[in-house]
Amino acid sequence: MADIAQVADNDYSIEVDDVTMIFNMASESLTNLKEYFIKLVRHELFFKEFRALRNISFKVRRGEVVGLVGTNGSGKSTMLKIIAGVLEPSEGTCRVRGNIAPLIELGAGFDPELTARENIYLNGALLGYTKEFIDANLQGIIDFAELHDFIDMPLKNFSSGMVARIAFAIATITEPDILIVDETLSVGDVFFQRKCEERIRHFIESGDVTVLFVSHDIEQVERICQRAIWIEKGDLRMDGPVGEVCEAYRNQFR
Amino acid sequence: MDTTSTHRLTSHAKTELQKDAYILRQLVGRDFKRKYRRSVLGIVWSVLNPLLMMIVMAVVFSTIFAQGRNGSITPELYPLYLIVGNVTFAVMSDSTSQALMSIIDNSSLLKKVKIHRYVFPVQKILFSLVNFAFSLVAVAIVMLWFRIVPTWHLIWLPVGLILLMLFCMGLGLLLSALTVFFRDIMHLWSVVLTAWTYFTPIFWTDDYIKIMPHALQVLMYGNPMYSYLNFMRQIFLWQTSPEPMTVAMCAGWAVVMLVLGYAVFHRLEHRFILYI
Repeated sequence: MADIAQVADNDYSIEVDDVTMIFNMASESLTNLKEYFIKLVRHELFFKEFRALRNISFKVRRGEVVGLVGTNGSGKSTMLKIIAGVLEPSEGTCRVRGNIAPLIELGAGFDPELTARENIYLNGALLGYTKEFIDANLQGIIDFAELHDFIDMPLKNFSSGMVARIAFAIATITEPDILIVDETLSVGDVFFQRKCEERIRHFIESGDVTVLFVSHDIEQVERICQRAIWIEKGDLRMDGPVGEVCEAYRNQFR
Repeated sequence: MDTTSTHRLTSHAKTELQKDAYILRQLVGRDFKRKYRRSVLGIVWSVLNPLLMMIVMAVVFSTIFAQGRNGSITPELYPLYLIVGNVTFAVMSDSTSQALMSIIDNSSLLKKVKIHRYVFPVQKILFSLVNFAFSLVAVAIVMLWFRIVPTWHLIWLPVGLILLMLFCMGLGLLLSALTVFFRDIMHLWSVVLTAWTYFTPIFWTDDYIKIMPHALQVLMYGNPMYSYLNFMRQIFLWQTSPEPMTVAMCAGWAVVMLVLGYAVFHRLEHRFILYI
C-alpha cells in the first residue's frame, strides 16, 4: 500500500494511484441465507466480475479545474464517488487533501418528512459542518436558495428544483478545498443555473479551489476547464489540455 | 483514503469523531421528529404501552405464580418485577431489531454521501434510549401506585444503561452487517427474540426457575439479558446497590459483544456498497 505521505506532493489535492474498481455481478442477486446454502451445496456460487475502472492514475494540483469526459457508463461517476469517499477502490489508492463539497447527487441525505430548516442542519452535519457554523450561515443559505417563507415547510412539498437549490446552497456556503460538480447545473431554472455557475466561477477564480467537473456538454467543459481527462469503458484514454482532449473525444464520433 | 483537513476553515468539525457525534445527534433528532411529530398520542403511547403490557402479564402470571409459591416476591412487588424486566428487555429487542435494518434502510445515503457506516446502527441503539426514558415514566407510575419509594440506589441506573447500550451496539453492529448479505436474518431475528423472551426471567420468578430442569436453569441464568435485568431489578425493586458479580457480568457481556460486533462489522463494511 502506497500510503506514506510524501511531503513534496502536498500541492496535489487529489492523487489517484492505480485505481481499479471491481463490482461483483451475481447472475441473480443472492441476498438470503436459504438460497445461499442451496447454491453452496450445489456448487453454483458464481460471481461475474465487472471492472468499472482499470488502473486509473492521475493527479490534480490545488486550484486546477479539471473536466471529466466519457460516454455513458464509462466510469466517470464511479471515479467521482471514489474521490468523494463514497466508494472504496478495489485496488490502488486515492488520496484527497482538504474538504470536499460533493455536488454529485444533490439532495442526498435529505428527509422529505423534515422541514427545510431541519434538513439544512442534517445535511450540514453530513458535510461535516459544525452546529455553530450552520447557525451563523443559515440566513446566507436561505437567501441564496431564495427560500424565505418556506423555511419551515416539510421538504416533501418542495419541487425538485427547490430541493436542488437548497442542496447547492448548503454545499457551497463556504469555500471548499475541492468542488465536485456532476451535471448538477442542469436542474433548476435558468436564473438559478446562472447563479450557480457564477458561484462556481467565483471559486475557480479564487485559485484555491480544485474543481472536478463532469458534463456531457463538451462546450461547457471547454469553457470552464483548463485540463480534461477522458475515461472510456473504464480505461484512462487521454489526459491533457482541455482543447486537445475534447477535440479527440469529438473525433471518435466521426 | 484519508482526508486531512486544512487549518484554513473553521467551518468543519475538527475531528472525525466530532463530525460523527454531530451526525448522530442530527439522526437521532430526525427519528424523534419522525416518530412523535403530528401524533399527540405518540408520547402518551410510549408510556402507555409498557403499562398495558405489564397489566396483561400481571393478570395472567400472578394467577399462575403468585398463588402457589410466593417466597421471594409479594403480589404487590410482582407488577414492578414485571415492568422493570419488560422495559429493560425492550431496550434490547427494540434497538436491535431497528439496528438490523439500519444499513439497508440508509442505503441511499451510503451510496451518495461519505459517512462512517457505523453511525446508522449506533444511532438506532441511542434512539431506543428515548423510548426507554418514556418507559421510565410508566415505571414511576407503578411505583407510585404501589407506594414504593425509590432510593438513592437509582444513581446506578446510568451505569446499567451504558453497559446495556454497549451490549446492544455490539449486537446491532453484528446484525446490521450480516443482514446486508443475508436479508432473511430479519425474519430469523424476530423468532430469536421471541425465544429469548421466554428464556429470560422476565415473568419467571426465581422460585420457578429453581424447579426447572438443569439445562433450562443454565439458559436462564447464563444468558446476557439476565444480568442486565438483574442489575435493574436490584436497584429498582430490591433497592440495593447491584452486586459486584452482576456489574462484572454486565460489563463482561458488553465488552465481548462490542468487540465481536465491531470486528465483524469492520470486516464486512467495505463490501456493503456492492450489496445494498
